[in-house]
Amino acid sequence: MSNNKLKRADILFSSYSVAPYEILKRTMQKDKDFVINELTESGLRGRGGAGFPTGLKWKFFAQEENETKYIICNADEGEPGTFKDRKLLVEVPRKVISGMAIAAWACNAKNGIIYLRAEYNNLIPELKKEIEVFNEYAKKFNLEFNVEIYSGAGAYICGEETALIESMEGKRGEPRNKPPFPIQNGYLGKPTLVNNVETFAACSMVCRYGAAEYKSYGTSDQHGSKLFSLSGDSPKEGVHELELGMKVSDFVEEYGDGDTKAVQIGGVAGFCIPRKEFDTTIIGEGNTTGGATMIFNSTRSMYNVIHNYLDFFAEESCGQCTPCRIGTQQLLKGIEAVKSGEKPESYLDDLVKLSKTMKLTSKCGLGQSVTNSFSSIVKNFREEMIY
Amino acid sequence: MSKINLIIDGQKIEVEKGMTILDAAKKINVNIPTLCHHEDLCVAGNCRVCVVEVKGRERLEASCATPAEEGMDILTNTAKVRNARKDIVSLLVSEHNTQCTTCYRNTNCELQDLAAEYNVDGDRYLSVLKPNIKVDKSSWSIEKDDSKCVRCQRCVRTCAELQHVNALTVSHKGNEMKISTFADLPFNEVVCTNCGQCVNRCPTGALTERRYFDEVWEAIGDPNKHVVMNTAPSVRVALGEMFDNEVGTRVTGKMVTAMRKMGADSVLDTDFGADLTIIEEGNELLTRLKSALVDGDKSIKLPMITSCSPGWVKFIEHMFPNHLGHLSTCKSPQQMFGAMTKTYYAEKKGVDPKDIVSIAVMPCAAKKYEANRPEMNDSGYRDIDAGLTTREFGLMIKQAGLDFNNLEDTEFDSIMGQSTGAGIIFGATGGVMEAALRTAYAVVTGRSVPFENLNITPVRGTDGIRAASIKIEGTLPEWSFLEGVDLNVAVAHGLKNARIIMDEIAAGKSPYHFIEVMGCPGGCIGGGGQPIPTNADIRAKRTKAIYEEDMSKPIRMSHENPEITQIYSEFLEKPLGHKSHELLHTHYRKRNRY
Ligand SMILES: Cc1cc2nc3c(=O)[nH]c(=O)nc-3n(C[C@H](O)[C@H](O)[C@H](O)COP(=O)(O)O)c2cc1C
Ligand code: SF4
Ligand code: SF4
Ligand code: SF4
Ligand code: SF4
Ligand code: FES
Repeated sequence: MSNNKLKRADILFSSYSVAPYEILKRTMQKDKDFVINELTESGLRGRGGAGFPTGLKWKFFAQEENETKYIICNADEGEPGTFKDRKLLVEVPRKVISGMAIAAWACNAKNGIIYLRAEYNNLIPELKKEIEVFNEYAKKFNLEFNVEIYSGAGAYICGEETALIESMEGKRGEPRNKPPFPIQNGYLGKPTLVNNVETFAACSMVCRYGAAEYKSYGTSDQHGSKLFSLSGDSPKEGVHELELGMKVSDFVEEYGDGDTKAVQIGGVAGFCIPRKEFDTTIIGEGNTTGGATMIFNSTRSMYNVIHNYLDFFAEESCGQCTPCRIGTQQLLKGIEAVKSGEKPESYLDDLVKLSKTMKLTSKCGLGQSVTNSFSSIVKNFREEMIY
Repeated sequence: MSKINLIIDGQKIEVEKGMTILDAAKKINVNIPTLCHHEDLCVAGNCRVCVVEVKGRERLEASCATPAEEGMDILTNTAKVRNARKDIVSLLVSEHNTQCTTCYRNTNCELQDLAAEYNVDGDRYLSVLKPNIKVDKSSWSIEKDDSKCVRCQRCVRTCAELQHVNALTVSHKGNEMKISTFADLPFNEVVCTNCGQCVNRCPTGALTERRYFDEVWEAIGDPNKHVVMNTAPSVRVALGEMFDNEVGTRVTGKMVTAMRKMGADSVLDTDFGADLTIIEEGNELLTRLKSALVDGDKSIKLPMITSCSPGWVKFIEHMFPNHLGHLSTCKSPQQMFGAMTKTYYAEKKGVDPKDIVSIAVMPCAAKKYEANRPEMNDSGYRDIDAGLTTREFGLMIKQAGLDFNNLEDTEFDSIMGQSTGAGIIFGATGGVMEAALRTAYAVVTGRSVPFENLNITPVRGTDGIRAASIKIEGTLPEWSFLEGVDLNVAVAHGLKNARIIMDEIAAGKSPYHFIEVMGCPGGCIGGGGQPIPTNADIRAKRTKAIYEEDMSKPIRMSHENPEITQIYSEFLEKPLGHKSHELLHTHYRKRNRY
């Protein structure tokens, strides 16, 4: 652990000191294995929520031998309070597209798809222009990579990579059983690499600066920079790029309103950190960093906060699997029943146990992660749950 | 196939690569509970009841959906696993309208079994059952009660994968997620063929056949009514399962006795109707062949396709409405039987047809709907008044207090109670074709089909589509136009395969003269009204029993059935004659595609 103070970074949104397609060109002069290895070395983890090491994912994808391989940029960004991917696509689309192109080149894939959240359809004209620009460079570089835009299905669960693929295949957006993973058997049964918008942009940056330099951002445990979609009780709502590895207390000092009682890290699927743990919790360590970051001050009812989350989960669960479909409803009804006195206080403990079962048995990340926010809020704000 | 090694509950085992943990465990008799899993269907992995622990992994894995991997160390019975399963079953119960005492699936329900096994307590969680769920009783055949649904999607998979109908789908998400028809229309207004295959695979009472046994009891109890019961061939090889007999036990004699003891005035055999179908359909085929081959009549549709299976008939009406000319105009054996009951039988017995109640005991859910098709009243009355499934009939036997397994064997009544082995094999896929060929070949050549024991094995089996070609040689003079002709036939079962056959026809590429289509996988032995559960092994055993019953019959060709000869001489005069057309043939209608 380090006691690094909060540091702003300016990598992802920095203006193009080296044009993204120049990065692509330079990268393509290197050895493919070397580039994938650089990514691994950089310590970059997926920014879509699950935090899977990106270099490793690319390595597996590169090993898949198939005439047709797909690269999907996950721009579904369906969680309330998140808007970082949108900002990247608006402000630095070339970093994103060049990241996709580097993946295409390094892993021998020819088809690229940007899966764009339906609410972002107004970005399509600009993105199409950007794709045309890219096409010209690609021709120059002799890179065969065709990028298309797919307008999403509109449900939060369609951001989950296998549900996303199902919906692209014209089916209902339900997560698939894994294995097989998309890397082996994805869109239309072909090997498919799914990465988040920010992940692709960060890949460009790793290639721009090299693993060693990228790794120097952050701390010895947490590398690189990361975008935070900040909302809640903060005078500085918006997207902030920060070096990883800071303490919650430093974060709160910078972004709180002086009265912060809790911070939700990693969005609805993440953890709620109470004030007493601000000093001992490092952002990104043992907690996910996808999704929205929310700051709550003392006027907030944490019961309302978790009630909102559960409402969201109960509605946005795809509904196929038992623990998630019914478990989310039970948690919601359960806290209401405790609040109203219909169930005893101890029922909260039963509910926490239930949320653990959901974690153990749910089919996808949605049902598996409900316990994160639920247990942390129930544990730390028990009084608020009861009275 | 390469092999892998793993450990399940401490036991080392070697299995084929790609096998699921569930199947691997089965091999060493480790029983893992399941709910959404069904052997006939693709993996869903949605109920999560089958979770197991894989050492080294924190999360549990759904064993039905997870391939066994080299070196896996699996535990199926730990506290973690048991607690999780109990929690999941408790959740299912909390969403469920648990009314077992009044439920049709009571004592044969997979949710009930799980709840009992894990001894879930009802108050563990609050009820999240949706209020005001209405049971859809709009269909003649199927009832849908969402309050009993566990969302396993077996029905959806059945309808899509096995039947290619897609009448059912998953709609909404989250807490509103449910199983719906197109636009949530009532069942009787959608593309559903009433095949009942979804009912056979529904683990609970959410999908059931519409029951008619109360009406039947009422008729039996009415002294002014003359109740005629007839039973289809495949009922007698499956009914025994309702009374804990081994699968594949033939119970024909006991079944007849049971009907008589229940109070039927006459116990007759639908197989007679099957024999009659063969005569009419065989002649229809020969007539079509003559018109097409000799007269060059372009309006004649070949191949001709059988029309015995009402689910299949509704399927083609919805999906291929421009190709109805390929269907034989023959009514199904059930409906022929009904029409003859209220005319010929009534006349012979001196009973007023208005007092006759004709009841068909069928392996089928679609037969209920067929009996209610508006045009099925050529006798001047409803040809068939009620269709019962094998399951309903089994329940009625229990209600009647009969000790089924100890009943004596008795014979069907006469008339219309005599049948042949050819009528029997209608119960299995390929049977109608085989029966038709036995008779048609004999009619055309004066000799028996050139197969040992009349067993036309090329059309038997379980492949979804089976084709055969039979060379016709040594024809009698009046059939000389068929001399040397290779008669190309095909057999398809399950509507998925029917669609393949029809796509070929629609593309003008069908090489066949005559095709048998059965709506249900395995034919009637796998019908939607048969005892639950069903799987490939069960269907194979029932099929075996059908062919045994065939071999046990002294007469095995429809045209040699003396009661058939009699009905033509006394009543129908000749095949495809005036009376036949009036009573035994029908027409079809175009339907829309949702
Ligand atoms: C319920 C749910 C919603 C998700 N939504 C998104 C999303 O909107 N955008 C995204 O990039 N990843 C989302 N993910 C994660 C994806 O499944 C996948 O892990 C990710 O796109 C992989 O990219 P990465 O490795 O670059 O993070 C979601 C996951 C779950 C379980
Ligand atoms: S965990 Fe929830 S969202 Fe994921 S598959 Fe199950 S029901 Fe669907
Ligand atoms: S479906 Fe099963 S558990 Fe539900 S009421 Fe019927 S028998 Fe009981
Ligand atoms: S009865 Fe047959 S066609 Fe109708 S919904 Fe069930 S499986 Fe589909
Ligand atoms: S109706 Fe039956 S088969 Fe279909 S999802 Fe519900 S419980 Fe499962
Ligand atoms: S039986 Fe395995 S998840 Fe349902």
